[in-house]
Amino acid sequence: MGSAIRLDGVSKSFLIGSDRPASLKERIVRGRRSTSGSAPFWALRDVDLAIETWQTVGLLGHNGSGKSTLLKVVGGILSPTKGTVERHGRIASLLELGAGFHPDLTGRENVFLNGAILGLSQQELRSRFDAIVEFAEIEQFIDTPVRSYSSGMYMRLGFAVAVNVDPDILLIDEVLSVGDETFQRKCLDRVRQFQKDGRTIVVVTHSADLLRQIADSVAVLDGGRLVAYGPPGEAIRSFREHLLERQLDRQAVVDERHAQEIPESAATDAGGASVGTRQTATEARGSTQEGNRDLAVRIDSIELLHDRLAERSYLLPGEGLTIAVHYTCRERIDDVTIGLSIVNLADGKELFGTNTEYLDAPLAYLEGSGTVCFDLAAVPLLDGTFAVTVGIVSRDFGRVYDWSEQRHRFEVMNPSRSVGVVALPVTVSQPADR
Amino acid sequence: MTGGHLAEIWRYRELLWTLVRRDLKVRYQSSALGFVWSLLNPLVYLVVYYLVFEVFLKNGIDRFPVFLLSGLLPWLMFSGALMAGTPSITANGSLVKKVWFPRAVLPLAAVGTAMVNFFLQLSVLVASLVIFQWVPDPAYLVPALIGLAAMIVLAAALALVLSVANVRARDTMHLVEVAMLVWFWLTPIVYQFERPYQALVDRGLGWLMLLNPLTVTTITMQRLFYGRADVPSATGNGMKLIPDKSVLWYMGIALFALAVGVAAFALALRFFARREGDLAEDI
Repeated sequence: MGSAIRLDGVSKSFLIGSDRPASLKERIVRGRRSTSGSAPFWALRDVDLAIETWQTVGLLGHNGSGKSTLLKVVGGILSPTKGTVERHGRIASLLELGAGFHPDLTGRENVFLNGAILGLSQQELRSRFDAIVEFAEIEQFIDTPVRSYSSGMYMRLGFAVAVNVDPDILLIDEVLSVGDETFQRKCLDRVRQFQKDGRTIVVVTHSADLLRQIADSVAVLDGGRLVAYGPPGEAIRSFREHLLERQLDRQAVVDERHAQEIPESAATDAGGASVGTRQTATEARGSTQEGNRDLAVRIDSIELLHDRLAERSYLLPGEGLTIAVHYTCRERIDDVTIGLSIVNLADGKELFGTNTEYLDAPLAYLEGSGTVCFDLAAVPLLDGTFAVTVGIVSRDFGRVYDWSEQRHRFEVMNPSRSVGVVALPVTVSQPADR
Repeated sequence: MTGGHLAEIWRYRELLWTLVRRDLKVRYQSSALGFVWSLLNPLVYLVVYYLVFEVFLKNGIDRFPVFLLSGLLPWLMFSGALMAGTPSITANGSLVKKVWFPRAVLPLAAVGTAMVNFFLQLSVLVASLVIFQWVPDPAYLVPALIGLAAMIVLAAALALVLSVANVRARDTMHLVEVAMLVWFWLTPIVYQFERPYQALVDRGLGWLMLLNPLTVTTITMQRLFYGRADVPSATGNGMKLIPDKSVLWYMGIALFALAVGVAAFALALRFFARREGDLAEDI
């Protein structure tokens, strides 16, 4: 089997927009010098990539890494400045669903228009029309102008047309995240069907989990260069490392006590996760807020430590973690317990919560300055970014001395192809005596 | 290279046709008068030019509307193709940036739409023939068809080039408007060919006029529909309108114009193929 797509030394440069003369008048007024001063921006640099016909390849990278440009070059929408692109087979690109829909035309007319743009003949479209409408679930609106469609209907129809193009190569840019959950599942099913049929898929996404589920290989781009290409687990890990390097200053594992909250985008590279509700962590500790602390004990700093801290900041599943809480007391405190909570930032769910009382390791008293360490022998988490909340409270949770709400984060990176949040130790066997 | 490009456009001919239908549908469906709009345009021209040239200036051309429409309708197709073709790529920018297809179908679809409009508008010319009880000269049908083909090919060539130019410089449209005005009056549509021609022939420059392919289209169409080369002497002064030449002569100039058009189209296609790859980022 030959390559479906082959890129050789592909580079792509853009002139920065504002330096380009936009009109004849400007050209005449500014003369020939106009473009000589501006430096080109290299969106892709010397990318070599061969994608086999049966492969599903994910393109991963932070914003501006060149992954969307690469997809457009593969799709022929942009031509490379240097290098060559070969493709074999009919391409359908889902760069934007419903691109080319005309608002004044009905759904039916737009199916035929959009299908023709994607390269289908009218006869092919007629034979697939019912399947398209059924897939999009808009039977009763098909003869209504699309201007009155909801955005969901619009995108469903766009996706339905595109996947019914029956392409040899399907290019997908972030569009699998549209619509409600049922529709997304339907889209994913269709993608899997494509894979079973042995077709080529190239998908751009921010979701590492999605790639782990569907991709055979992942290409990681950084600054327009292909920095990693391989099995999803490895490539995603390399992507996170690149991301962490870039954000080292913002995402130091050891955070200053009163440092600013880490920006959400920096903390969660994957999945577009939201912080979610914080109430779970706090409710379990008695609805305390950072606001009503009495600071008889202060948390000076919190350190998240692990054995390999010198070489990398993230954990691998099953590695140990020490949470060191450094404190200073105003006076000797006898009625004291220190609580701990770990929250998954992807959905805001509390994964683990405990305190020195629950652990049967009550603190006799705190005095002066010191450190209390929680040694987690193993963190059986698979993948994600997790936040640590630490509270110093009285034994009945009545008084809150100090509270650090999700200020400290650690990452666990999944080197395997398994998916999920928890890393369960699994072995596979086939007992012979059954 | 040009051949491969043509083959690719041919593969997308259904898209071309779908785009033409979209244009017509959007234009005629969403307006109350619908298809009447496409007839209104030549009718307004007809009334204005009739008043100015026949009534006020007394140009002495018998059945002037028949003469005028024979040249005016092809011209409206030509100018319509360029007016819609020049902004065709910029107007479909979101599409060009997101989906790959041979971009040439966009300006070519504008030409296609203009052609469909032309055939609709021919009904006005047919009506004028009936009203004035005028008989065309079918012997000149073939030269007229070749002349039309020459104009269409030339329009396609210019639409290809101008649509790309308009991506790079958005004020190309203004330039096109001015150029169309000049070109219109340099083409013997509202006046008779023989007038400037005679003046030029005396200086040995008569061939200059035939270099304009649109002039060729105009006079072959006039020869077909007006049916004669001069004003009938019974009603007028026997004034010469267009060359009183054989079918073969008309065939010759029409083929020459077609050759010019095809050459321009081949060049335009090569130019377009070279620029096509950059269109998505320039929009």
